[in-house]
Amino acid sequence: MVVDRINAGLRAVPVWLLYILLSLPAPWLVWLGATGGLGVEPIKALEHELGQIALQLLIAGLAVTPLRRFVGLNLMRFRRAIGVMAFTYVALHLLVWLVLDVQIVAQIWADIVKRPCITIGMLGFVLLIPLAVTSNNWSVRRLGPVAWRRLHRLAYGAAFLGALHFLMLSRGFQIEPLIYLGLVVGLLLVRLPALAGSARPAVSRR
Amino acid sequence: MAHRWTNDLTRADATPEHVWLNRRQILGAGVAALALGATPARADALEPNSWDEITSYNNFYEFGTDKGDPKKYAGALTTAPWSIEIDGMVDRPGTYSIEDILAQMTIEERIYRFRCVEAWSMVIPWNGFELADLLDMVGVQESAKYVAFETLYRPEEMPGQRTRFIEWPYVEGLRLDEALHPLTIMATGIYGKPMPNQNGAPIRLVVPWKYGFKSIKSIVKITLTDVEPPTSWNRLQPSEYGFYSNVNPKVNHPRWSQATERRIGGGLLSPRIPTLMFNGYEDEVASMYAGMDLTKFY
Repeated sequence: MVVDRINAGLRAVPVWLLYILLSLPAPWLVWLGATGGLGVEPIKALEHELGQIALQLLIAGLAVTPLRRFVGLNLMRFRRAIGVMAFTYVALHLLVWLVLDVQIVAQIWADIVKRPCITIGMLGFVLLIPLAVTSNNWSVRRLGPVAWRRLHRLAYGAAFLGALHFLMLSRGFQIEPLIYLGLVVGLLLVRLPALAGSARPAVSRR
Repeated sequence: MAHRWTNDLTRADATPEHVWLNRRQILGAGVAALALGATPARADALEPNSWDEITSYNNFYEFGTDKGDPKKYAGALTTAPWSIEIDGMVDRPGTYSIEDILAQMTIEERIYRFRCVEAWSMVIPWNGFELADLLDMVGVQESAKYVAFETLYRPEEMPGQRTRFIEWPYVEGLRLDEALHPLTIMATGIYGKPMPNQNGAPIRLVVPWKYGFKSIKSIVKITLTDVEPPTSWNRLQPSEYGFYSNVNPKVNHPRWSQATERRIGGGLLSPRIPTLMFNGYEDEVASMYAGMDLTKFY
């Protein structure tokens, strides 16, 4: 099977390589922004690019389990790296918004409280904090696998809020944020017991 | 009657072409420090934006919703021949070719602040004539109270029109006194060159005290009417975009503050600057809205 060969190949890929690969876009985007490569309004462009990568990584993280369950592709080893880097990009996106975009402290708080699209995005970030903090083996042992897994279901909420944040920010109804939201909702729906139960058990692929 | 209004920004405020061309070459060489270092001067001096800035960062949803889409796709638009149908409550309705119109108009340079509803801004050296002169030409009847405008609908040349994102064609409108105000111009060029397609070629409206989306591009139809005409963004999201849409730092957009803006061209460290009432044209236009509750008529 092709999937088995891919799985075998992936076992040879060290996880640290993924951390490095996923880190590269951040300095590259800042460099582009500083040298005119992001156009004449680099602040919004940088903010948007970082947020978009964050959302893509959140979706990738949500895709790991369904890919194993329905396709037999095993990316479990990489899930932590995907999640930690998703958090990193959300944090960078937030940092650019705070420091380069809004700049004015009084307005930052006003935006968070008064503007639903900002409130939603901020809530998504807050949900990710405990996940980032517990993304290590010690925390998994400490919490026990059941409690740890339950806690990390917050990723479902964070991804949904992130996609909703994107949709709400857009002027009018645009297609791109709807695609992201659709992907998130789809990846959450396949987790419903009725759908998940009909799949082949993951062990049969091993 | 041209020259009703005099710029407080003059030709001396505009960057001579060879200077901004040089600046582009420097940026092209990738000297980031220079780009960032240009920020403070830009903010104080009200220096008009460069040709590159004005023509590469556009909202013209007929070509796509991304700021770079208009520059990318507007090349396909054919702007000759071009005519404007003027109808409704006018003495001489008809379809006027752009050549016939321009033969009767005096083109002036107007260096205006341009404030987008999305809280970014530019300073743009437009070339154009006063809308009042065009309306004089066709003879506005007593009964007219509003002016309605319509953008070209040509999906084969305007890819954005193939999706029903907005109900095409794009429409806008002004109250008659706003339309006749000497600040209101029909622009046909920038920096002395013909209007680039992505900026609304060959002819567009410019109403400098209103958010940019009021300044409708690539106009093919003007109608004088006695009822407030529908406007595209108001139709799409009435709670966010009103008919008037005057620049007003005290009336926030529901999703973001309008108190400050970012002038395009300041790089990654571009500061926010305060937004001015009526975009800095308060002395000229505030009297038209005397007694109106601007939080209600936003």
